[in-house]
Amino acid sequence: MYTGLIAEEVRITGHGGDEINAYLARPLGPGPYPGVGVIHHMPGWDEATTEIARKFAAHGYMAIVPNLHYREGPDASPDDAAAASRAAGGVPDERFLGDLAGALAHLGTYAEFSGTKGVIGYCSGGRQAFLAALSLDIDAAVDCYGAFVVGEPPEGMPLKVTPLVQRAAELRCPLLGLFGNEDKFPSPEHVDELESELKKVGATYELHRYDGAGHGFFATDRAMYRPEAAVDGWKRIFDFYGRYLAGERA
Amino acid sequence: MCTYVTEKSPVAGSAKGQSGWFRLSHAMAYVDHPYHSPYEHTLNLDFLNDAEGPSARVAVELTPASARELVRCIEAALAAAGPAAAG
Repeated sequence: MYTGLIAEEVRITGHGGDEINAYLARPLGPGPYPGVGVIHHMPGWDEATTEIARKFAAHGYMAIVPNLHYREGPDASPDDAAAASRAAGGVPDERFLGDLAGALAHLGTYAEFSGTKGVIGYCSGGRQAFLAALSLDIDAAVDCYGAFVVGEPPEGMPLKVTPLVQRAAELRCPLLGLFGNEDKFPSPEHVDELESELKKVGATYELHRYDGAGHGFFATDRAMYRPEAAVDGWKRIFDFYGRYLAGERA
Repeated sequence: MCTYVTEKSPVAGSAKGQSGWFRLSHAMAYVDHPYHSPYEHTLNLDFLNDAEGPSARVAVELTPASARELVRCIEAALAAAGPAAAG
């Protein structure tokens, strides 16, 4: 397999026709390659997220990361834009969906795109991946420790988000969930409730839970990194995408 | 999700950021996962001027223990200044 890839910033048309930026990492071979929409965590469109995109490209996926905080600070550093977004109550769901849909549509401009596409999100992006699976035409979704799929945000929290689990019957694609048992948002009880609801509605899903891991265990640049959970988690992700994104879309 | 508690306060004063000094409009304090500090949770302070955009920001991430110690230091300094710090 040819292993070359290219990673670069691109301009895409996001929600409401707004032009925003995105990071696209893709293999340089002839394809066909499935697409992955990578949803960044709350700290923003940062270096760690671009590394995730490059990892997907190295594994044969076209990975695109829309900058969900672009409007809060087009020229600001990711952490400053994230702070501004946070102060404003977070990214509105509708705007997120428009930006992600625009990013995935951008993949269609490349001849080597296979047409199948997944999403993956971390932290606040985990909830957004679940939301995308309810709302967009995608083939597989991965929720990495997304809070408030189940449960209301605590009082005093500035984020204007609502739980989604009650809409589980609307899931339009298989779901993979990866969680740390020491996490508080989502807690193991939240994950239990999610699983119970997924089972009840007959969703196609698999959930994996890791002992000794809390929130953010994939984050190699942070103290919460847990290599055992992260290594197994990556294996689960590539296995899941291998099953649901392989081949060309009918 | 990473955010648990946020306190916001208007402040009068200045801070020095990446483009030099700027006037402050408010400050935020919250406990969250840090951006840079090698700890799982920190007390984060953002000193901001909304009118100058998101880059007008000085960010500080402190362990909870050092944040408490800083609060004590600030209170002690203000108390020692007496009438000069009455305003």
